[in-house]
Amino acid sequence: MTKVTMTINGKSVSRDVEGQTLLVSLLREDLHLTGTHVGCDTSQCGACTVHVNGKSVKSCTMFAAEADGAEVKTIEGMANADGSLNVIQQAFQDHHGLQCGFCTPGMVMAATSLLKENPKPTEQEVRVYLEGNICRCTGYHNIVKAIMAASGQDVSAIAAE
Amino acid sequence: MYAFDIETPTTIADAVAALKADEAQPLGGGQTLIPTLKARLAAPSKLISLARVADMQGVSVAGDTLRIGGATTHATVASDAAQSYPGLAALAGHIGDPAVRNRGTIGGSIANNDPAACYPAAALASGATIVTDTREIAADDFFVGMFETALAEGEIVTAVSFPIPQAANYQKFVQPASRFSLVGVFVAKYADGVRVAVTGASEGGVFRWTEAEQALSSDFSADALKDLSVSADGMISDLHGTGDYRAHLVKVMTGRAVKAAG
Repeated sequence: MTKVTMTINGKSVSRDVEGQTLLVSLLREDLHLTGTHVGCDTSQCGACTVHVNGKSVKSCTMFAAEADGAEVKTIEGMANADGSLNVIQQAFQDHHGLQCGFCTPGMVMAATSLLKENPKPTEQEVRVYLEGNICRCTGYHNIVKAIMAASGQDVSAIAAE
Repeated sequence: MYAFDIETPTTIADAVAALKADEAQPLGGGQTLIPTLKARLAAPSKLISLARVADMQGVSVAGDTLRIGGATTHATVASDAAQSYPGLAALAGHIGDPAVRNRGTIGGSIANNDPAACYPAAALASGATIVTDTREIAADDFFVGMFETALAEGEIVTAVSFPIPQAANYQKFVQPASRFSLVGVFVAKYADGVRVAVTGASEGGVFRWTEAEQALSSDFSADALKDLSVSADGMISDLHGTGDYRAHLVKVMTGRAVKAAG
């Protein structure tokens, strides 16, 4: 067992973890932060995407021990301080950017990273950036639309079919 | 996964010492190793994470050489090598997806030598030098075969030094499901000649296409390739593409890389 300490959504957390404990296991099973989803468990689908030191990572493909000392942010830490949805989350709701919702936490975390790196992406840039986030409902058009809208751009020209 | 411990040394010496433990294995960014462990295809007693070794981080330029620390992520190479070696930065920026690029490292990719990985093509085409904790190995001697390198047990890639070319480009024809390269070709033009390295295609892993190198060294244009052909012998043949198809793609992607390099 190794003792790890990290800041998760602004709160300091210390736990003893085994070497093979994945970051996502610590988040979900130990800390009950079940908003982060495990889809494929093979680092393909991106449902488990969280931010570690401000960068998107797949929490199913990182060990908890590797996050020792890190700042971790999960979907539970994304809402505004008053509990209302943030701009990106609200845009997903407004533009029907989710169907079953399973991929949504990862999509929101990925979208947040994208808009931080590139505040006004083109539609194509959004689609390329989401390469590692799979929506098995295939609801990509509205996800792209939501992200474009969250960036303050006109989405009327984006095909919805 | 089988149970194991993780150590996170901060110096190369400590990492090398930790790797002397029985069944210890180095951990780069884990983007290949962790899925491998999940499939129970490896059973280390201990993983030695290299992510916090300060001397293995970052990108620096000295004269005509770009040096990249072994624990540098693809995302860092994509941004920090963009000025000095844009062809290499572009390659790094198209490995996996953004989250994978934030974890995966050049040392891990080179040491794993996946037959469809991108970095081995860049290292071989650039005539790079692989720096380890004990020695320097020319890329020509480093990539031995599929998933095989010249690294000894417990030896780690601490840095990779790339001579910066006059022009270079990498063209990857991706397998649409995995987005690994079905065939990827890196072309690099130096004052003393052109080097062409091919990944994804051969059962022997990354290789140099020497006929194309000769033709392109005297005439750096896609036309120079028109009379050349690539043999399908030893090419990977699977449900994604036959050996003949891969051999065909080698020429097509080389031509595109030359055009794009200008």
